[in-house]
Amino acid sequence: MSSSLTVERHPETRPPEQRTHRQVSTLPLVAPSVIALLLWMIVPLVMTIWFSFQRYNLLNPEAREFIGFGNFTFILSDPGFWISIGITILLVVSVLVITIGLGTLLAILFDQEFPGQGIARVLAISPFFVMPTVSALIWKNMLMHPVNGLFAQITRGLGLGAIDWFANFPLLAIIIIVSWEWLPFALLILLTAIQSLDHEQLEAAHMDGAKPLALFRFVMLPHLSRAIAVVAMIETIFFLTIFAEIFVTTGGGPGLATTNLAYYIFLKALLEFDVGGASAGGLIAVILANIVAIFLMRSVARNLDT
Amino acid sequence: MSTVTLRDIHKRYTDVEVIKGIDLDINDQEFVVFVGPSGCGKSTLLRMIAGLEDISSGDLLIDGERVNDVPPDKRGLAMVFQTYALYPHMTVAENMAFSLRLAGMSKQQRLERAREVARTLQLEPLLNRKPKELSGGQRQRVAIGRALVRSPKVFLFDEPLSNLDAALRVQMRLELASLHDSLQATMIYVTHDQVEAMTLADKIVVLQGGIVEQVGSPLELYHHPRNLFVAGFIGSPKMNFLTVTVSAVNDSGTTVQLPGDASITIPVKPGSLSVGDRATLGIRPEHLKLDQTNPTLTGEVLVVERLGGETFLYVRIAGGDTLIVQTDGDNPSRMHDRALIRINGELCHLFDQNGESVPKSRRHHLTDESHEQQYQSRVSYQAE
Ligand SMILES: Nc1ncnc2c1ncn2[C@@H]1O[C@H](COP(=O)(O)OP(=O)(O)OP(=O)(O)O)[C@@H](O)[C@H]1O
Ligand SMILES: [Mg+2]
Repeated sequence: MSSSLTVERHPETRPPEQRTHRQVSTLPLVAPSVIALLLWMIVPLVMTIWFSFQRYNLLNPEAREFIGFGNFTFILSDPGFWISIGITILLVVSVLVITIGLGTLLAILFDQEFPGQGIARVLAISPFFVMPTVSALIWKNMLMHPVNGLFAQITRGLGLGAIDWFANFPLLAIIIIVSWEWLPFALLILLTAIQSLDHEQLEAAHMDGAKPLALFRFVMLPHLSRAIAVVAMIETIFFLTIFAEIFVTTGGGPGLATTNLAYYIFLKALLEFDVGGASAGGLIAVILANIVAIFLMRSVARNLDT
Repeated sequence: MSTVTLRDIHKRYTDVEVIKGIDLDINDQEFVVFVGPSGCGKSTLLRMIAGLEDISSGDLLIDGERVNDVPPDKRGLAMVFQTYALYPHMTVAENMAFSLRLAGMSKQQRLERAREVARTLQLEPLLNRKPKELSGGQRQRVAIGRALVRSPKVFLFDEPLSNLDAALRVQMRLELASLHDSLQATMIYVTHDQVEAMTLADKIVVLQGGIVEQVGSPLELYHHPRNLFVAGFIGSPKMNFLTVTVSAVNDSGTTVQLPGDASITIPVKPGSLSVGDRATLGIRPEHLKLDQTNPTLTGEVLVVERLGGETFLYVRIAGGDTLIVQTDGDNPSRMHDRALIRINGELCHLFDQNGESVPKSRRHHLTDESHEQQYQSRVSYQAE
């Protein structure tokens, strides 16, 4: 990174009085939507914060009282919480690696000329339009089912017996499903990025003696880095809150094997009816997400810089 | 030694043929320029030589060896692209040393080599910059440096100066000329800029519609264009063309009837034309003179373009044709003036009905015979 040539930008070169004039005249117009947005965001947040300091169990709503950080200490000392954080990280990282890795490869393949290119692209992108619940159901009942599933039939046909995915490799199964859903997204973004690569650059590298691997490593990958960072950021935000796929398939089990943070909070709130605990968990999740987001934003911003 | 030879080269895309059989010999240390109108196949031809485009049929020889199936990096060529095609995420030094890196040279060695080349191109202070921190001219120089680093046998340039402003273009043109002089390398250069072609080339190849119209030294093309296309393409402003009627054919020249009764004799060899034929007379604007005493043609000045040093008059003559006349900057002519123009038959070109030029009796003294006929046209127009 070179710091030698940072150009200072002054976007606000308009005279100040003109600007304030503009603000005054537009404020009443934007106010309703701003207020609605604020209410929309602030009210639930404030309520969550409020509940997180309460002992508040719906099974026993009368016993509601202020308990300070009681909920937080309880959650932070719950081994289940830490397990769920570990699982969240594992889930996010592995799906990121799979979608971006495969997405990059597929993007390069789909960038080549071949017959039926258009149809192939549409097919590759279509999983993205299937609802998470539906795709999870498809995977659960039609593909990974140990008796009726396609995979089981294939392996059994080969005399290898069947794998009970959700019992034996529950987290792997979830990772596969989520990767399948999100691969098209990564592919789409990376494909457009790769198509914006200057053709002459590739040809220049070709003349410089770059073989396909070197071409990928030295020309394509640096060109894609920005798009990869953007994909990673957007996907992370969604992967931190994966829920439907777990709910439909494993229900967080067996044990806590597939319980991520979102599912942990759901278990707390709706199965144990512990609103206070769930709110505290939610707040912790929000804080964690923000920490991750800050790091991601930093790295992406740096990426956009160079 | 590095020669490039093209033998009946064709390029076909699925439904169109864009290069229709090109034969060309490029000698060692020669600076060859491809010119031609847009879409005539200049870039395609260059890219076929580079190996970026497959050759549909024909042979490409470099130093006498057939290289049709040799990959681009093994042909010993380097190419400078119109858009420079620098690697944006690498510094200038890394850009220039990239080919050496791929060839497995140690980091220290290749950076040393890059520095060496940078020195000759005055790029040394910029070695650690990224391409986006450079001006257009500097980028261009880095692109040339990247080609130089590999010490190639042949340099290929595809309109390398077309993205630069006029002043920089002149400067880079001079630098390229001195580079060619100091490297003594074979260079193939694509351009649509007349001046670049005329000043840089040892040999110009005029292409049109995928075939070679003429090959020759710049002055050869200027003084002895083979046909109407080359005559009109080389020279700026364009050569004037008049339709004339042949009135006499002699050994010493052919006499033609101009619009408006005047007739002049052009010293060409008696060729395909005979008395009564229609022909085309070509005369360059710089060869037309305003002459009050002994005019060949008269006409009305339609437009006066004053460039300072010279003035172009657009003159409508009898019969409706418009001639461009180049005069000096002090010429007082104004719009709607009467212009009296004198045509010197010595400086005229004569073309037959097929647009082929009738060979002149005497060759221009700056174009020696040896230059001629390096290229054997498939369409042999000289039946003699
Ligand atoms: N992939 C392709 N498929 C079909 N035709 C093509 C293809 N690439 C180029 N052509 C055609 O080949 C012809 C020559 O193209 P080329 O790029 O060589 O022109 P050029 O002489 O370099 O023109 P310019 O001066 O505009 O750069 C053009 O008519 C173009 O339409
Ligand atoms: Mg071109």
